[in-house]
Amino acid sequence: MASKEFLADLYRQMYTIRVFETRCIKLYRQGKIRGYFHPYLGEEAIAVGACAALRKQDFIVSTHRGHGHCIARGASIKRMIAELLSKDSGYCKGRGGSMHIADLDTGNLGANGIVGAGVPIGVGAGLGSSIRGEDQVTVIFCSDGAANNGVFPEAMNLAAIWNLPVILMLENNHYAVSTPIEQVARNPDLYVRSAGYGIEACKVDGNDVMAVYEKTKEGVELCKSGKGPMVIEAKTYRHAGHHVNDPGAYMPEDKLKEWKARDPLIIGRKHFLDHGTTDEIKAIEEAADREIESAIKFADESPEPGVKEFLKAIEIYEG
Amino acid sequence: MFREALNEALREEMQRDPKVFCMGVGIGQRGGSYKVTVGLLDEFGPKRVIDAPISEASFTGAGVGAAITGMRPVVEILFVDFSVLVFDQIINQAAKFRFMTGDRGRVPMVLRTQGGAGNGLAAQHSQSLEALYYHIPGLKLAVPSTPCDAKGLLTAAIRDDDPVIFMEHKLLYMSEGPVPEGDYAIEFGKGKIRRQGTDVTLVAWSNMLPRSLAAAEKLAAEGIEVEVIDPRTLVPLDKELIVESSKKTEHLVIVQEAVRRGGVASDIASMAQHEAFGYLDAPVEIIAGKNTPIPFNLNLEQLCVPQEEDIVAGVKRTLGAGG
Repeated sequence: MASKEFLADLYRQMYTIRVFETRCIKLYRQGKIRGYFHPYLGEEAIAVGACAALRKQDFIVSTHRGHGHCIARGASIKRMIAELLSKDSGYCKGRGGSMHIADLDTGNLGANGIVGAGVPIGVGAGLGSSIRGEDQVTVIFCSDGAANNGVFPEAMNLAAIWNLPVILMLENNHYAVSTPIEQVARNPDLYVRSAGYGIEACKVDGNDVMAVYEKTKEGVELCKSGKGPMVIEAKTYRHAGHHVNDPGAYMPEDKLKEWKARDPLIIGRKHFLDHGTTDEIKAIEEAADREIESAIKFADESPEPGVKEFLKAIEIYEG
Repeated sequence: MFREALNEALREEMQRDPKVFCMGVGIGQRGGSYKVTVGLLDEFGPKRVIDAPISEASFTGAGVGAAITGMRPVVEILFVDFSVLVFDQIINQAAKFRFMTGDRGRVPMVLRTQGGAGNGLAAQHSQSLEALYYHIPGLKLAVPSTPCDAKGLLTAAIRDDDPVIFMEHKLLYMSEGPVPEGDYAIEFGKGKIRRQGTDVTLVAWSNMLPRSLAAAEKLAAEGIEVEVIDPRTLVPLDKELIVESSKKTEHLVIVQEAVRRGGVASDIASMAQHEAFGYLDAPVEIIAGKNTPIPFNLNLEQLCVPQEEDIVAGVKRTLGAGG
């Protein structure tokens, strides 16, 4: 039975991600964030549920839609926003941006700008763990888009033949950029492909944080007992387009409405309200709101990366 | 022997550091297609000498992930021609992880591969592709030409905390040469003058180095003394050594097996003529592979990459071209 504190924490994290993304979209429209980022709106339960099943020594690998994973793994909100604002105090000293935030202190091997590229990297983390004889588990967040990329089945096969302690958390949000899953796969249940590689696989309701948590816990136990890997396909849906400049015109309104009725925050709130009160929810939300505003202030007041420091840093590439 | 020297480096580093492991197609049970990894599986076991499926992109990516999380992988891509399958993991991932993470993440991985023509393996198994990796910030590039350097450079590469492309040559694996006993690492960015000379500076790497030394002997018989420089690593490059020698001899020739267009020789020539412009008595001469895929027919194959006669002719051309 999940404790009240645990459910409160899950809700807090999901709400934090929701507000983080929403505020960052606003910052983007104000011209304070450049380039692209890929909001995790609507998918919060997957990152939070999965990371809740991990220990400090475990690893995650993220995707281009990585803010949720980063936050769920315990990143500093301040340093994340500072990075999005390309400030020197950001995770990557302003050199990386949204798609390249990694937080090695929390075992987050990084977001990735190349769809699918994180899958072999995560398998490698599992390989290292296996060679050292340690029991770290690696959760590899990946997408329906990545499933059709060459390295995906390749890396899945490597994890299988070497019995690696990795969980492929396939976030199926039904769109690979703008292309719906029905157009790119005969069978939209992507997890069934794993059977061909002899891998234990299943699907889960990606909008129910407890369902994701329970399934990931199963995967962690499997990996720790040397019986990995595992594939978990978490079914979900984006609340917005592919990236912050994509209005998602290709997403039918009625389908979006259906999925919003099952908003992960609604479900997460329901789980908490079995033990707690709406006042406590409000307190959690207000605290998270304050944290984000304070982080934005920190980022706003942070200096830009110095040119001199940058030029010195890139001397290692002089050759 | 060159391949034995590589084997020694791998064995000694794996003995010294449990984080070092090898991965590639056929490297374990078979000891490698070029016998570089013979005996390692017996000594270190299948966890550290891994026979991978033909999944270059993903096992190299796995190398990246293992390196990021504390291991020191030596990944083998059997032919440099196949390494283009791995471009994303090498160029977008390994080369850039340190930079993108603001210097916090490191990828201490060595990617061993080999290229070169001369065995009749034709277009997709005979290329010299060092220029592709030379062009990418974040990658170091070693091009050993002797057994001594093979061991010393591979040792240094394994100890380096950043990704190294270790480019071997298929015709050098059985070449002989002295290899010092014990533990030694050759510093990257320090070239070597293989032959002292006064009339012309010649820069060559990998299999073009021994071929250039042979050409230099022929030229010596005609009274032309060539100073032959082996850069040993192309990134970092020992620019000073090349420029100082060019200023001394006032003539520079660069020999490269790779296709001429967009090759490393052009970049070295550009750098050297800029630094030594006032000293050079002739334009920098580049002797390089023809702009073509490598043909199968032996005669045509040899035609397409610099031979001794081409090097001799090139040196004479540069000496005749100026004062």
